[in-house]
Amino acid sequence: MAGLELLSDQGYRLDGRKATELRKVQARMGVFAQADGSAYLEQGNTKALAVVYGPHEMRGSRSRTLHDRAVINCQYSMATFSTAERKRRPHGDRKSTEMSLHLKQTFEAAVMTQLYPRSQIDIYVKILQSDGGNYSVCVNAATLAVIDAGIPMRDYVCACTVGFVDETPLADLCYAEESGGVSSLALALLPRGGQIALLQMDARLHQDHLETLIEAAMTACKGVSKVLDDVVRQHLQEVSMLTGE
Amino acid sequence: MLKSKTFVKKTRSGKVMKIVREHYLRDDIWCGSEVCSECKQESGVLQKDACIESNLCSYPHYLIPDTNVVLHQIDVLEDPVIRNVIILQTVLQEVRHRSAPVYKRLKDMLHEKEKHFYTFTNEHHRETFIEREPGESANDRNDRAIRVAAKWYSQHLKTFASHEDGLKVVLLTNDQGNKQKAEESGLLVYKCEEYVKSLIANPELVDRLALSDDDKNEITSAKLLFPEHLPLSRIQAGIKSGCFLQGTFRASRDNYLEATVFVQGEGEDSTEVLIQGLQNLNRAVHQDVVAVQLLPRNEWVAPTSVVLQDEGIAKDDDDNEEEEEKALKVTAAEAARRSTGKIVGIIKRNWRPFCGMLNVSQIKESTRHLFTPADRRIPRIRIETRQASTLAGQRIIVAIDGWPKGSRYPNGHFVRSLGGAGEKETEEEVLLLEHDVPHQAFSQAVLSFLPKMPWAITPEDMVMREDLRQLTVCSVDPPGCTDIDDALHCRDLENGNLEVGVHIADVSHFIRPGNALDKEAASRGTTVYLCGKRIDMVPALLSSDLCSLRSNVERLAFSCIWEMNHDAEILKTRFTKSVINSKASLTYAEAQMRIDDTAKNDDITKSLRGLNKLAKILKQKRIEKGALTLSSIEVRFHMDSETHDPIDLQTKELMETNSMVEEFMLLANISVAQKIYDEFSECALLRKHPAPPPSNYDILLKAAKSKDVEIYTDSAKALADSLDVAKVDGFPYFNTLLRILATRCMMQAVYFCSGMDSDFHHYGLASPIYTHFTSPIRRYADIIVHRLLAVAIGADSTYPELMDKHKQSALCNNLNYRHKMAQYAQRASVAFHTQLFFKSRGILNEDGYILFVKKNAIIVLIPKFGLEGTVFFDTKDKTIPKLVFDEEGPTLNVEQHTFRIFDKVKVTIRLDDSNIQHQKIRMALINPVIPGVSVPVPDVEPQAKKQKLDH
Repeated sequence: MAGLELLSDQGYRLDGRKATELRKVQARMGVFAQADGSAYLEQGNTKALAVVYGPHEMRGSRSRTLHDRAVINCQYSMATFSTAERKRRPHGDRKSTEMSLHLKQTFEAAVMTQLYPRSQIDIYVKILQSDGGNYSVCVNAATLAVIDAGIPMRDYVCACTVGFVDETPLADLCYAEESGGVSSLALALLPRGGQIALLQMDARLHQDHLETLIEAAMTACKGVSKVLDDVVRQHLQEVSMLTGE
Repeated sequence: MLKSKTFVKKTRSGKVMKIVREHYLRDDIWCGSEVCSECKQESGVLQKDACIESNLCSYPHYLIPDTNVVLHQIDVLEDPVIRNVIILQTVLQEVRHRSAPVYKRLKDMLHEKEKHFYTFTNEHHRETFIEREPGESANDRNDRAIRVAAKWYSQHLKTFASHEDGLKVVLLTNDQGNKQKAEESGLLVYKCEEYVKSLIANPELVDRLALSDDDKNEITSAKLLFPEHLPLSRIQAGIKSGCFLQGTFRASRDNYLEATVFVQGEGEDSTEVLIQGLQNLNRAVHQDVVAVQLLPRNEWVAPTSVVLQDEGIAKDDDDNEEEEEKALKVTAAEAARRSTGKIVGIIKRNWRPFCGMLNVSQIKESTRHLFTPADRRIPRIRIETRQASTLAGQRIIVAIDGWPKGSRYPNGHFVRSLGGAGEKETEEEVLLLEHDVPHQAFSQAVLSFLPKMPWAITPEDMVMREDLRQLTVCSVDPPGCTDIDDALHCRDLENGNLEVGVHIADVSHFIRPGNALDKEAASRGTTVYLCGKRIDMVPALLSSDLCSLRSNVERLAFSCIWEMNHDAEILKTRFTKSVINSKASLTYAEAQMRIDDTAKNDDITKSLRGLNKLAKILKQKRIEKGALTLSSIEVRFHMDSETHDPIDLQTKELMETNSMVEEFMLLANISVAQKIYDEFSECALLRKHPAPPPSNYDILLKAAKSKDVEIYTDSAKALADSLDVAKVDGFPYFNTLLRILATRCMMQAVYFCSGMDSDFHHYGLASPIYTHFTSPIRRYADIIVHRLLAVAIGADSTYPELMDKHKQSALCNNLNYRHKMAQYAQRASVAFHTQLFFKSRGILNEDGYILFVKKNAIIVLIPKFGLEGTVFFDTKDKTIPKLVFDEEGPTLNVEQHTFRIFDKVKVTIRLDDSNIQHQKIRMALINPVIPGVSVPVPDVEPQAKKQKLDH
């Protein structure tokens, strides 16, 4: 049987999007009251929940305390029911440890940690349903949660994956595309300044194509940032209306 | 833009898994019609006045074919008359799943501007997307989707219809149920045949229609000739449990009632299963993937060495088959029996359009005729046509539609005509098609990547290059060669050593990886040389001009330069991209004359003498290492300059200079192979020549023994040495004959990727490593090697495919296939020209040697023409003489005379054109005289000198 045709001659992808189009992004902030900040974000069929505690005093080993800035602690996990096959996912396996580390690096670059010396910020992200682009969805959800917690950031951190098919970059890959043998790249961007918080790729790609791919990823990230900005403004409006009464 | 989601369930490899995919529906998918003012498309693909003369639809209309129409009637759709067709995404996807070749053809049509084919992405259109309803099968859903899309189109176009005869859409389907439902919903719908038959202006299109199911029933008689094929599910179960074997069906060229199935086992062990008899063959066609069931051991048979052809008039289906199969029923020795089986089912048909000719039916008014393919392994095909009288005597292409179990022959339909049989152009086209040689003109896309003329070397080109323009470089090639890809030089160095350079055309400079030009060259794989014709791998601008290292022009080259001492030992090897200016393009004969002419002492001649001297030493060294010198007779035709008909035939002569050039090319290839392998151990493209299995030598050993000569085959060296001493007094040609036989024992040399194999040895050249570097103009493998070497020396950048060993390996497979096919095509072309030659010569009597002895025939080689022919002893019209075949010899006893390998015979040669499709060279025995077998010496017609004046 022939494999899937990822990009048709007419320029449509498997799910009917064009090459540069993102999946539908929907988000809500402040979903939990007990945490300091929280957000729920759907990007197509990938759904993530992010919760932020802090900044608070160092917990656990005090030796990790930094005297000039806050420590960011990230934890990534996937729900047992997040994929087509139910699977128990033990805590701290290689994949999620790596993902946690990536998240940590991303947010260390974005959060103004120097404002909170000797303290700690916890970011917990859980994937409830996975359909490709887990990392970027986590970053986007966590950004909203951090904003919800009122922790100052340099800018939104927006992330997006980009794949490369038939000499064309495809924005925001879904699972079918990711598993279809596409070399993909994940990029986290601070859109206003255009600074890259994290760039990660573990597939083979010719050097000549890298530039165009990063370019496409940046455009996609800027698209995401617009949506996130709308969500934040909407949320603020709702909150201010409630408190205004 | 509207987005919505649906859920799709899907099973995979036994497990039932729920797969959820998003499905976005859009409202920015346009209809593609020129008329439409609502859709915001840039330019419509479908024409405003889509008129075709039809007595069913007198108004302009667009066609929407359903999946089965596309799959089965692709030949009709490809006709230039059919234009303005809407291919729905549903149809495109279904076709993609079900048949890759049809999908490719459909894609090609969609890209062709003149055809006005448009793809409508109906599955993502907001108004034409439908969900599968509970209880609805996937096929039904797709049919409904097609109807919904057709409905949408008809309504959409109606809004722009200015008058009554506005544009309409016509749905084509062959499915009765679908047609009825479509009619109910008010669509214009026709069966494909109805529609095609209604096209008044183009009656010939009807012949291209594939027979649909109900037509087939008419033809078949009630009696079932063949056992039913098993359904795929049972075949799969059978293969899993081991009672069936899966393999590729290979029909026998000589006997239409016999075939083998090649079963690919794990690793090296693959087996062949013999199939005998029509019932057991059970409608399998050459190259099909089939399932076989082994017969019980007591029913096993031995392969017959009888030559049997399915000839004569069309047999009725109820004809008695027993008579035909009687010939097979020969009791064979127990030992010779092989595993025998019967075909129980077809896993995958591998039908392609076949070239051949029509056997016009005896009944004048009949529209059903039998078609005889040129390839003898393909059965005859029954087709329906009204233009039989015009098609008789023409070469035509026919496609198979199906083979019902009650029919003796498969049913097919006419695709197109190639031209009169026997005409040179037609025959050339046939042999190119039959050998799957891509020979169309290069497409615009390919040509667009050629360098712009006038072309000159720019300073940028010079950055990575060495300037070797001042060197005395010259090229030596066969006469008339325009694609010169190698040039040589040799000069003395100050330290007393010699510098030898091989300069190869830098084709990879012009063909950049991944573009259309590169893809085309990769798919063609090699330039094919036919007699008097060349099918280029790269466009002529490159092959005969910009890349060709002609004399007195500046050309880009890839040079391999050695420093050697006078004993031809390599002291230093260097590779570089360069610019050269060849001082002379010589032929082998010219170069030879310069070397021999002591009066000449110019630079070129000195250089040639130096090369020649080194080449002799190199050759000596190579032979000492055990390289084989094998022999095969190559012939050259002298062509008439006007008609391009062969007027004389000559076996190719080899001169010292031939071997001089060859020696340096071998050296360059070996040096490059070593370099690229050192640099890229995983992905170097190399060439190997495996040692043949000992059993291959049986025939050679037997033949040598019959003349009391010992041949040792333990190693290449032993073989080479024993061939050298093999001589029989009073039989000077014996050695050459032995070498010809030895050549037949060899394996094919193949390209492979170093990361995928561990055996690199080249048996024939006795080299541990080898590749092809020296002919990039005519071989694609060389281009890849050039790229690898360029990366290795830092002269060019790499690209992902070059480093991917799986892709390389796939490429190698294609190249090997193309090379094999090119070789066959070349041989077929020589055979055809030999026929032309004998046609003009009439009957000739010649001496020949027996090369093989078969059960009912001997194969004779005529050294004068390099021609091989078969002398049959059991011709149909004559009484069969007493034949006794002894496999040990092998010898054949005909009446009183015994034939052995290498016997000298005298035969008469003439062209047999009684069967116009397979014109053959017929040989008949003159000497030894055997009553009832040999023929009297015919009068040789005086060699007609006037032939030349005739035209």
